[in-house]
Amino acid sequence: MNPRGLYTLFYKEVLRFSKVWLQTVAAPLITTLLYLLVFSQALSQHVNVYGHIDYTTFLLPGLIMMSIIQNAFANSSSSIIQSKITGNMFFILVPPLSYLEFYLAFLLAAMLRALVIGAGIYLVGQAFTSLTVAHPLIVVLFAVLSSAALASVGILAGMWADKFDQLGGVQNFLIMPLSFLSGVFYSIHSLPDFWQSASKLNPFFYMIDGFRYGFFDLADIDPYLSFYVLIITVALLSTCCLYLLRRGYKLRT
Amino acid sequence: MEPAVLIEGVHKHYGKLQALQGIHLSIAKGEFFGLLGPNGAGKSTLINIIAGLTRANQGTVAVLGHDNVRQYRLARRHLGLVPQELVFDPFFTVREILRIQSGYYGLGSENDPWIDELIGTLMLADKAHTNMRALSGGMKRRVLIAQALVHKPEVVVLDEPTAGVDVELRQSLWDFVRRLHHEGHTIILTTHYLEEAEALCERIAILDKGKVIALDTTRGLLARGVGRTLRLLVTATAPIGAVPAQLERLVSRCVDNQLELQLNRESDSVVDVIDAVRACGITIVDLRTEEADLEDVFMELTRERWQ
Repeated sequence: MNPRGLYTLFYKEVLRFSKVWLQTVAAPLITTLLYLLVFSQALSQHVNVYGHIDYTTFLLPGLIMMSIIQNAFANSSSSIIQSKITGNMFFILVPPLSYLEFYLAFLLAAMLRALVIGAGIYLVGQAFTSLTVAHPLIVVLFAVLSSAALASVGILAGMWADKFDQLGGVQNFLIMPLSFLSGVFYSIHSLPDFWQSASKLNPFFYMIDGFRYGFFDLADIDPYLSFYVLIITVALLSTCCLYLLRRGYKLRT
Repeated sequence: MEPAVLIEGVHKHYGKLQALQGIHLSIAKGEFFGLLGPNGAGKSTLINIIAGLTRANQGTVAVLGHDNVRQYRLARRHLGLVPQELVFDPFFTVREILRIQSGYYGLGSENDPWIDELIGTLMLADKAHTNMRALSGGMKRRVLIAQALVHKPEVVVLDEPTAGVDVELRQSLWDFVRRLHHEGHTIILTTHYLEEAEALCERIAILDKGKVIALDTTRGLLARGVGRTLRLLVTATAPIGAVPAQLERLVSRCVDNQLELQLNRESDSVVDVIDAVRACGITIVDLRTEEADLEDVFMELTRERWQ
C-alpha cells in the first residue's frame, strides 16, 4: 500500500472542490433549500404523509438524500473527465498508486462532499421544520452507502465518457430522472399500483426510503430490504469500478 | 552492471497498426540516451510503456531491475517523466502542485527542502504561489520538469521537452538537464531538434515504423558512411549555367554562383569533382566541405519513409 499516496490523492480531490466551494457546496445547498421553501409553502397546508407528518418535514430527508446522490456523482465524474480532457490524469497515472488507491481516493472525496452538503441541508433545514432523528445510525449508514454508490457511478461515468456532453447525458437522462422519481417528493403509497411497482425497480428509491426510515421510524417498505438492495448495489458498483480501473479502462492505453 | 532501463521484446499494436515491433534496448545507469525517429515512429508509445501509461502487448520493461508491471511501485519510484504536452491542473498553485505530486510518491513534509530547491533552481520562486493557469508556456514547462523530479528519480525521461520553447529557455533547460546528468541521473531524451541530441546524447537509438533501425554512440552514428557534402563557391560573371554532365547525379543545389554537391565518401573523389568543375571553365574561389551531421544520418536511415 501507499497510504500517503492515497491520502494525497484524496486531499487533492477535497482541495479541488473546496477551491470552488461556491459552485460545489454552496450552490447545491441553496438549490435544495429553494426546493424546500417552494414545496413547503405550496403544499404544507394541504398534505400530510404517513397520516401525521407534515409535508415539509417529510420532504426534508428526501431532499437531503437527493443532494447526496447528485453531488456524489457530480464530484467523482467531473473530476475524472476534467483530468482526462485536460490531460492532467497523467500526474495520477505515472506515480506508484494502485487502482485500489485511485478508487478509494476518488470515492472518499466524493462521499465527503456529498455528506457535507447533506449535513448542511439538514442543519439549515431546521429553520423550516423540526426534523428529529429516530435512528441516527441508520441515517448515517444510508447516507454513507448511498454516497458510496453514486460516487462509484460517477467514477464509472467519468472513465467511460470522452467528452462533457456524454457525462451531461448520464446526469440529465439517468441520475436526475431516477432521483426525482424515487419518492423524494411523495410516498409511493400515493401512487397507482403500476407506478408503485415501477418505483421498486429504481435503486434510488431504496436509498431514500431507508434514509427516511432513520428519521421517522416509518417507511414505504421494509428498511432491511432497502439496506440489502443498497449494500448489493454498492458491492456491484465497487467491483465494476475496481475491475475497470485494474484494466486501465480508457485511462491507460 | 544492472541497466537503468531494460526493454526486452516489446510489441504494441493498436488494431492492425503495429506501433512497436519487438524493441530491445538496454540503457546503462548514468547514460544520456537519445531516442529519435520521425513522427509516428513509436517513440512516445515506447516512453509511455516505460512509464506504465501504455501496456505492451508483448515483452517486458524493467527500471533499475524492477519490472514495470509486476513491481510497478518500485519501477515508478525510480522514474520521472516530463510529458510532451503542456498539461497542468488548473486548480492549484505551483507549490501545491509539487507538494501533491510529492505525496503521490509517499513523500511528506520531509521533501519540502527539495521542493524549495527545485523551485529555486528552475527559477519558479516568484511564481510559487501563482495558479498554474496564470503561468506562461515556458513556466508551465519548468513546473512539468519540477514535477518529474520531485521524488528524486534516478531515471529521467524527457519526451520532447523543448517543443515550442523559446531559445533562451531551451538553453537554460539543457543546462539543467546536463547538470542532472553530471549528478548521476540517467537521462532518456526524445527531441525533434537533432542538433540537441547530437550535442547532449552519448548514445542514440533511431526508431522507424516501430523498429530500432540504428543504435550506436552518437560518434559512431556520425561516423557512418552516409555521405559528405562538398560545397563549391565559384566566381563567375554570370550564374552557373551548365553543370558538367558527369556531376549531374551529385548536384543537390545550384543557385546563382553556388554549387552544392552530395558526395559518397567511398566512391566519389573530391579531386575528380574539382577537376571536372574546372574543366568547364568555372573558377573556384572558395571551397568548403561539411561532414554529415545527425540530421543527415537520420535522413539517410529513414530515407525509405521520405521516398
